[in-house]
Amino acid sequence: MVTLKINGKSHKVDADPDMPLLWALRDLLGMNGTKFGCGVALCGACTVHLDGMPRRACVMPVSAAVGHAITTIEAIGGTPAGKKVQQAWLDLEVVQCGYCQSGQIMAAAALLAKIPAPTDTDIDQAMSGNICRCGTYPRIREAIKHAARKLASTEKER
Amino acid sequence: MGQMSRRHLLFAGAAAGGGLLIGWRSDAGARALAAADRTPPAAFAPNAFIRIGRDGRVTLIMCQVEMGQGTYTSMPMLLAEELEVGLDQVQLEHAPPDDKLYANPLFGDQETGASTSVRMFYEPLRRAGATARTMLVTAAAQTWKVDPGSCQAARGVVTHTATGRKLTYAALADKAATLPVPEKVTLKDPKDFKLIGTPAKRLDTPAKVKGTTLYGIDVRLPGMKIATVAASPVVGGKLVSVDDSKAMAIKGVRQIVRLEDAVAVVADNMWAANQGLKALVIRWDDGPNGTASTADVVKGLAAAVQSPGVVVRNEGDAPRAVAAAPRKLESEYEVPFLAHAAMEPMNCTVHFRGDRCEVWTGTQVLTRAHRGAAQAAGLPPEKVVIHNHYLGGGFGRRLEFDNVPQAVRIAKQVDGPVKVIWTREEDIRHDVYRPYYYDRIAAGVNADGQPIAWTHRLAGPAILARFLPAAFQNGIDLDGVDGAAQLLYDIPAVRVEFVRHEEPVLNTGFWRGVGVTHNTFVIESFIDELAAAAKQDPVEYRRALLRKSPRAQRVLDIATKEAGWGKPLPEGWGRGVSVLYSGWDSYLSEVAEVEVSKGGDVRVHRVVCAVDCGTVVNPDTVKAQMEGGIIFGISGALWGEVTIEKGRVQQSNFHDVRTLRINEAPAIEVHLVRNFEKPGGIGEPGTAVTAPALANAVFAATGKRIRKLPLVRQLRSA
Repeated sequence: MVTLKINGKSHKVDADPDMPLLWALRDLLGMNGTKFGCGVALCGACTVHLDGMPRRACVMPVSAAVGHAITTIEAIGGTPAGKKVQQAWLDLEVVQCGYCQSGQIMAAAALLAKIPAPTDTDIDQAMSGNICRCGTYPRIREAIKHAARKLASTEKER
Repeated sequence: MGQMSRRHLLFAGAAAGGGLLIGWRSDAGARALAAADRTPPAAFAPNAFIRIGRDGRVTLIMCQVEMGQGTYTSMPMLLAEELEVGLDQVQLEHAPPDDKLYANPLFGDQETGASTSVRMFYEPLRRAGATARTMLVTAAAQTWKVDPGSCQAARGVVTHTATGRKLTYAALADKAATLPVPEKVTLKDPKDFKLIGTPAKRLDTPAKVKGTTLYGIDVRLPGMKIATVAASPVVGGKLVSVDDSKAMAIKGVRQIVRLEDAVAVVADNMWAANQGLKALVIRWDDGPNGTASTADVVKGLAAAVQSPGVVVRNEGDAPRAVAAAPRKLESEYEVPFLAHAAMEPMNCTVHFRGDRCEVWTGTQVLTRAHRGAAQAAGLPPEKVVIHNHYLGGGFGRRLEFDNVPQAVRIAKQVDGPVKVIWTREEDIRHDVYRPYYYDRIAAGVNADGQPIAWTHRLAGPAILARFLPAAFQNGIDLDGVDGAAQLLYDIPAVRVEFVRHEEPVLNTGFWRGVGVTHNTFVIESFIDELAAAAKQDPVEYRRALLRKSPRAQRVLDIATKEAGWGKPLPEGWGRGVSVLYSGWDSYLSEVAEVEVSKGGDVRVHRVVCAVDCGTVVNPDTVKAQMEGGIIFGISGALWGEVTIEKGRVQQSNFHDVRTLRINEAPAIEVHLVRNFEKPGGIGEPGTAVTAPALANAVFAATGKRIRKLPLVRQLRSA
């Protein structure tokens, strides 16, 4: 048994320490928002946050996640950056099939939390590990910039 | 593709639990009915297309699936426009399998493919909406004892204009259900459209950004096991033996299932199943394909294309005119096998209970998958229930359902429900690939460099002969020749031939853009060759030859003007153009700007695309489909290829199935031509128009004419 802190709650899971966090989330906890795409950290569909940093859950053993705050797509809307990113995805109609978008949104939310006004180069660096076969990249780029502007204006209002 | 009749039989009646139901049967669906079974209402209660409940909720049963292309928004827009409700008042349900009710007229069964959803349902859905509206208005008029013409409907409320009396659809649904279906209804004049042609927010997006959308892979059932599978690495191979001693020792592994051509590891979770699969020692009998290589396939096709094929189009005596022309140009083109690599790996969940079976998956062909499941289960179809889901990408891969009977065969040996998930490696190595095609194309040109004769012979498999035998007529694969047969260039003598050549070492099928993707690459590259040989500008050269196709000329003009055709570019850069027309009824032109490095890497900086797809339903979806289709096309054209050695696919995951990433994605501009012509397809043409624009841009940048895809491999070996 290991204890994982996911989206602010503690979960006891009967997982082999080597089991990737992805399968603990999906198969043991029934949290389906995090997606399986490649299994070898090549596509980013399984991106979650570990203490706010983007991580590929398909290659992260649960043993390495113990003691860290895990955030998934199910709760990213509770963070200021995540909320803005989700809204920007709606405003710009980013999504097509949607399967990779949990991972895209998690990667984008981590980027904005770290760099509130990212350049194109920042976006390239943060997002190039996330594949979208539907080809939503141009809208992802614009949506990140849109979210950044909204974040900045929210900051000003405070 | 040829098109079957679009006549539909509308019917209406009371919904179970109250309210109004409207449905229809297409001729194609009607043909599927036994003659005795033709009288409507009997079985339509749970299945009809549109339900207007006593609560006023409008439910549209979606016969077409959503795989990213926006169908779950464009189809309700068509209904809502004529029904006079808001898009927000329509809710959607996935349709159950039923060819009688939900057949796509192009195929004659329930299928989502070939860019057909709007094309096939543009009129039927509007007609159904108008019929329901007419009946609801009539119900209100009868209630008030007034002329229906004195009433108006808007946002689900009927108003008697003179007195201001109002009744909601909710209140009228039961009464409307008792009325006869009107013989004739009037559809709106396009100039009165409120929804069609105006950008609408997609209905499926909110759940997708929250991660709550259910794809096939997200099915969860009490007591469900997870399995992963290794099928024979060679097509036609058989399982000889499995040593499972190490696999069974892994915690969570429950069972090893042996099939004739595959082994599955059944476990408590995917991790254990994966570990178990890796620990198996499997021996295969490869069968006759065990020595096959890509080189063998190419050799077979290269030989086949030398002999005449079935004539698809024939004007004048093109072969003779080519030979007699002052100058002759001839080229051979090749395009490789391609994998789909949809983001959601293939998966299917099955609960087999001996006398019945339940199946959960995401498929573009629900009734086919249903029949395949029933056959594998050894049960009559009525004992098999299948549930469809949102698709994590289709691109043609989910027009095949090979994983469904496989999952059923596995489930027959498992006590309780089992979800079978293919690893990415299994998904890439057991795809149903875009075929390898080999083309021979020639033109005779006059002293001015203008083509006076054109011969195009393509060799490849006839996918339709397997997929839709009824559509495979006179030896012509209508999909395989799509785009080549409709060549728009005004050339006096044209012959197009199709040589059917099957290489059954890999299973082949449809890939986004289908036959047009291959043919447009060949035609638009070759026309560029002719322009270069004539020392003429490739845009002006095309423009002159499109004199009889004003819609094609218009998109060419727009794309080239917006792209700044002719403006100087840096050293090592080039601009390429392409034009597309095919059975989708859409006209496209694209200009790509690329940079080719000394090492042969290609960077696509900018793509400008002009689209005339006739009547536009959701303009933002058209743009999104162009952007996505172009990016899909770039991945395929620059890097895409599946190769085989010893009968085995050599690629396995995203490290060797290279797909475009955000840092490599060009700026894309899409310009829409707006008119009210018949709606054309938009899901696929963006992909099909892209490869030749890139190849022509590479030529402009380097002077190298690449006649074999993928571009980057050829540039590096050139």
